[in-house]
Amino acid sequence: MTERALPLRSSWIARLGEGSAFPVLAVLAGLAALWYLVCLPMNAALPQMEGVEGLGARYAVAWGLERPVLPAPHQVIGELYRSVFEVRLSSPRNLAFHAWVTLSSTLLGFVFGVLFGILLAVGIVHSKTLNLSLMPWIIASQTVPILAIAPIVIVALGSIGLVGLVPKAIISAYLCFFPVTIGLVKGFTSPEAMHLDLMKTYNAGRGAVFFKLRWPAAIPFLFASLKVAVSIALVGAIVAELPTGAQAGLGARLLSGSYYGQTVQIWAALFAAALLAAVLVGLIGAAERITQKAMGGRA
Amino acid sequence: MDDGMTISAPGGAVAHAGGTAAEVIGIRDLGLVFETRDGPVHALSGVNLSIKAGEFVSFIGPSGCGKTTLLRVIADLEQASSGHIAVNGLSPRDARLKRQYGYVFQAPALYPWRNIRRNVELPLEIFGLPKEERRARAEKYLDLVNLAGFGNKFPWQLSGGMQQRASIARALCFDPQLLLMDEPFGALDEIVRDKLNEQLLALWKETGKTIVFVTHSIPEAVFLSTKIVVMSPRPGRIIDVIDCDLGAERSLDIRETPEFLKIAHRVREGLRAGHSYDD
Repeated sequence: MTERALPLRSSWIARLGEGSAFPVLAVLAGLAALWYLVCLPMNAALPQMEGVEGLGARYAVAWGLERPVLPAPHQVIGELYRSVFEVRLSSPRNLAFHAWVTLSSTLLGFVFGVLFGILLAVGIVHSKTLNLSLMPWIIASQTVPILAIAPIVIVALGSIGLVGLVPKAIISAYLCFFPVTIGLVKGFTSPEAMHLDLMKTYNAGRGAVFFKLRWPAAIPFLFASLKVAVSIALVGAIVAELPTGAQAGLGARLLSGSYYGQTVQIWAALFAAALLAAVLVGLIGAAERITQKAMGGRA
Repeated sequence: MDDGMTISAPGGAVAHAGGTAAEVIGIRDLGLVFETRDGPVHALSGVNLSIKAGEFVSFIGPSGCGKTTLLRVIADLEQASSGHIAVNGLSPRDARLKRQYGYVFQAPALYPWRNIRRNVELPLEIFGLPKEERRARAEKYLDLVNLAGFGNKFPWQLSGGMQQRASIARALCFDPQLLLMDEPFGALDEIVRDKLNEQLLALWKETGKTIVFVTHSIPEAVFLSTKIVVMSPRPGRIIDVIDCDLGAERSLDIRETPEFLKIAHRVREGLRAGHSYDD
């Protein structure tokens, strides 16, 4: 009955060893160790560190400061946990509440931006005039620093009574239409000559060529673009919260943290933003895998 | 010029006999010049050809002789610079707009995101046929090319030969009376190619279609054709047209017979003559 023991090999510990989990965890541990190590030199100049002797004692103090230059990882994670789970959800001190405020404008801006990006790409692929007249402006639009443009847009929209969610979403959309347009123009023009000739032998109209050839051929390009777009939509939403001194959102949290020297709060907000971006990109990755499978991709 | 009527008759109705059959393709003094940066290139020059309903015509010649270009002119994928060409009595453009031919490319050119059945249904979707009819036709033509049961597979799951058979089913499924094939078996190995040659011959006999077939293989051309058009490069032109009637009931064994070898020899002579002043 020794065969009975075999299925045990596929326990989660065994799978951990077989997969890529080990290298990933090793890199993570390395980064954390480095972070703990540099906490001391980064915080050495603070008044609280004066008179503390011995390396062990100095590290012990450097890892537990109230307003450090660089907080230790456990401080950031502790702050993240407290501000999400130990504060009422409706309270302005709850990080999940701020994350939701930023997420909602990120998603709205993402939808605006992606739709606009698709529309532009369709126009550019089907009209040489649009290609020549729009492309330079599309590229120029992205060379302007978003930090310079965001306040102008927020203030201008505020003066006509548009405040809150929509102006932030517009900043997100402004950033994230770009990779969608560039990716889709490439994708729509990716079908090889033979596939296009085939359509010609059927006397297929532009609509049929678009929906039966160009669009499906562009799907892999679209998903690559969407991953870039969703993460910069988040950046756009955070940046849009900075200039107005917004009351809520991860950007507002970063700003108030820097006003009051609350470095732990800043880092916790940064972590929350990174986590949010990872989840969004992960969701798009999952949608990509489902779509690929439906389109006959090799699993 | 009501030749087109004969062509749109139901499959199988058109006799294989020459002589009295209607002219499907008529080409007179056709020329095609590509303007390139290094000056004009004469891809085709002084081409005269007549192809009748039910014939199996092969274009053979070395690369650069314009055989694929000539096929693309018939299909209106390229436009002639001079001369006259009629397809079913129409201009190639009108014939294309009326979807009067099926085209098989050098590669299967299946859309990778569609399964085999939906690839075959592609032209039917574009022509706006209802779903049940599309499904029925796809099944019928997949069966005809011996791919019944493979409809739900995706192209990458099939061998090269099976993919090319699927692309033939796709070209046949809207029942065009003219089939244009551009080196369809060129990328396949000898054994698969032999098998597909036999199947194509059977399919041609069964459906009575007119087939124009581009190849660079002499045995393939002699085995399949009722007429072999030997072409030569610089400028691309026709140097010999060989009638080739090896009887309806031929199998691959026919390649050992004196009649077969005689025709193959004449093709080879033609190809050699076209090359003689080359180097």
